[in-house]
Amino acid sequence: MEASRKKVGLLDILAWLIALVLFFPIFWMALTAFKTEQGAYSPDLFFVPTLDSFREVFARSDYKAHALNSIYISFGSTILCFLLAIPAAYRMAFFPTPKTRSTLVWMLSTKMMPSVGVLLPIYLLAKSAGLLDSIWGLILICALMNLPVAVWMSYTYFCEIPKAILEAARVDGAGLFHEMRDILAPMALPGISSTALLLIILSWNESFWSINLTSAKAAPLTVFIASYSSPEGLFWAKLSAASLLAVAPIMVMGWLTQKRLVSGLTFGAVK
Amino acid sequence: MIKHLTSLALFLMALTSFAAPKTVTIAAVNNPAMIELKKLSPKFEAANPDIKLSWVIVEENILRGRVTTDISTGSGQFDLVFLGLYETPIFAKRGWLREMKNLPASYEVEDVFKSLRDGLSFSNKLYALPFYGESSMLMYRKDLFEAKGLKMPEQPTYDDIQKFAAALTDKSAGIYGITLRGKPGWGENMAFIGTLVNTSGGSWFDMKWKPQIDTPEWKNAVSYYINLMKNYGPPGATANGFNENLTLFASGKAAMWIDATVAAGSLSDPKESQVAGKVGFARAPIAVTPNGSHWLWSWAFAIPTASKSGEAAEKFALWATSKEYINLCAADTGWATVPPGTRQSTYENPEYQKSSPFAAVTLQSLQTADPTNPCLHPVPYHGIQLVGIPEFQSFGTVVGQSIAGALAGNMSVDQALKAGQAAATRAVRQGGYLK
Repeated sequence: MEASRKKVGLLDILAWLIALVLFFPIFWMALTAFKTEQGAYSPDLFFVPTLDSFREVFARSDYKAHALNSIYISFGSTILCFLLAIPAAYRMAFFPTPKTRSTLVWMLSTKMMPSVGVLLPIYLLAKSAGLLDSIWGLILICALMNLPVAVWMSYTYFCEIPKAILEAARVDGAGLFHEMRDILAPMALPGISSTALLLIILSWNESFWSINLTSAKAAPLTVFIASYSSPEGLFWAKLSAASLLAVAPIMVMGWLTQKRLVSGLTFGAVK
Repeated sequence: MIKHLTSLALFLMALTSFAAPKTVTIAAVNNPAMIELKKLSPKFEAANPDIKLSWVIVEENILRGRVTTDISTGSGQFDLVFLGLYETPIFAKRGWLREMKNLPASYEVEDVFKSLRDGLSFSNKLYALPFYGESSMLMYRKDLFEAKGLKMPEQPTYDDIQKFAAALTDKSAGIYGITLRGKPGWGENMAFIGTLVNTSGGSWFDMKWKPQIDTPEWKNAVSYYINLMKNYGPPGATANGFNENLTLFASGKAAMWIDATVAAGSLSDPKESQVAGKVGFARAPIAVTPNGSHWLWSWAFAIPTASKSGEAAEKFALWATSKEYINLCAADTGWATVPPGTRQSTYENPEYQKSSPFAAVTLQSLQTADPTNPCLHPVPYHGIQLVGIPEFQSFGTVVGQSIAGALAGNMSVDQALKAGQAAATRAVRQGGYLK
């Protein structure tokens, strides 16, 4: 008994240490954001905080426009993604065929290709479809990019639901719509909502396509951060302030929903 | 009724399309001079109500990829782009850029440094207007030199540098004799190493495009660089590019630094630098020959042929690179921060000379940097710290990675240069230069 408690204590410390290491860069970024440009590269923990960098960032770029684009893109792509992923996952979970497993693996394999490998064809397609520098173009790209993740996660959650319940409903005369709304939805909702959160975060953080496919009008917050990075000149404080502003909304959202997110993500794993 | 409404709608649409100002979308790098330009640009818009500017500012490497994709596919997302001295002639050759002709007499194009005009031209036609220009020079801590009783000659040699670095290094006090670029990349460590190889008598290729990386000149230069950095440089030097070195020098951790002349402005600004007022400036050191001992670089405005607002973009580019703009900038933030390195007249201005202790050295460096004659022996390419062919980005970076590997101690200098020679040989053979 004594020994096992001690073991847990050590594990706890380890977990805290890992969390600290993971969190440290964000903490340091937040700290640097409130320093002056000259103090930004000193390792001091105590200093007189200033809002200069934030003022400069707001004066130099249109934060609101970028943030709104980020919101449209992450929510829009998540909705589009679910419209396609849920029917697919439903079919695969409840009416599997011998090929279902390999279809799933094939879908996942599309995530293994580096994005830059398809940059030129996608760029040309977007150009001829008029989707360059357009919110719709990015919504489409983010939805496609996240589709395998969405299908896989929804599939895992659907598999947790006993088939017999759905069959019972069908025996009682429930149609497809009825079955979806009254039986499947309440049971799958925790899983679906944590998937939605994950998809929103993934689209929010997507930088490769947003930097390459947008220029002025549809640029989200990732492009906003990129505009503060510079190989010639010291901009650490401003870069930190811009980054803090860019991650703040999603961090707050993650904080508020962390319980659901964690339970949803571990739902399938600890069967 | 419906007919009337339709014609009214059509009329309104026509009206808005005529009245709407032309939007010029500008793709630019993030650096202090650029930020100042963006800040002052409303003055241009006020004087030209028919033009509206829209800015896309990104980091240099992202910009390079972004602009290349846009221009090569003819997408026309950008009307005005920031191009470097390296890309401009390569892009112009493919017909991707509009020629900068019919420049008004008031622009005084002769006032722009000839080295830059040559670098931004292709077959004697100008394709970009330089917004800022830089060469490389030696920056050193006057106070540390005085404390040790050392004196910097006007034109130091690399032997001098070795002696100074040995005398000034005080690792227990956290002061390193010298810091240099170590981060691998054609525009990072190879920019410096390229100049060191040139002045040591080496070159990238001979007149038949045979790579020269396995020659004794390269070996001497690279061995010198690695010994210098290992003995007197900061630890972890392979992570240091321009910015990291600027941070090291500005926080007083290095006694000497050879890098871009634009660093001088930041180092002299007490808001950014802890060593402001203590920095001396000298010409970049030489070894065997002065040819190619300091580089030449410029960020310039170019107009893609696919742009739909070419005329308006040209108007803005002329304004942003004019004498008037430099005066406007000086009136706004003072002479020390005007875009450097483009016009002779800036350096003749007594106010600029007074506020910028580095003006004389910068001017000399810019005037003597000759991309058409970069080495001791004649070479088939243009460019001092670069080779003006599209393949250079890739093999330049491979060579940079090998040398960084040798600096980190993962391989010997011979191994690094052998790998570099193989990469360069493959590239020029595939490119059809080497028969």
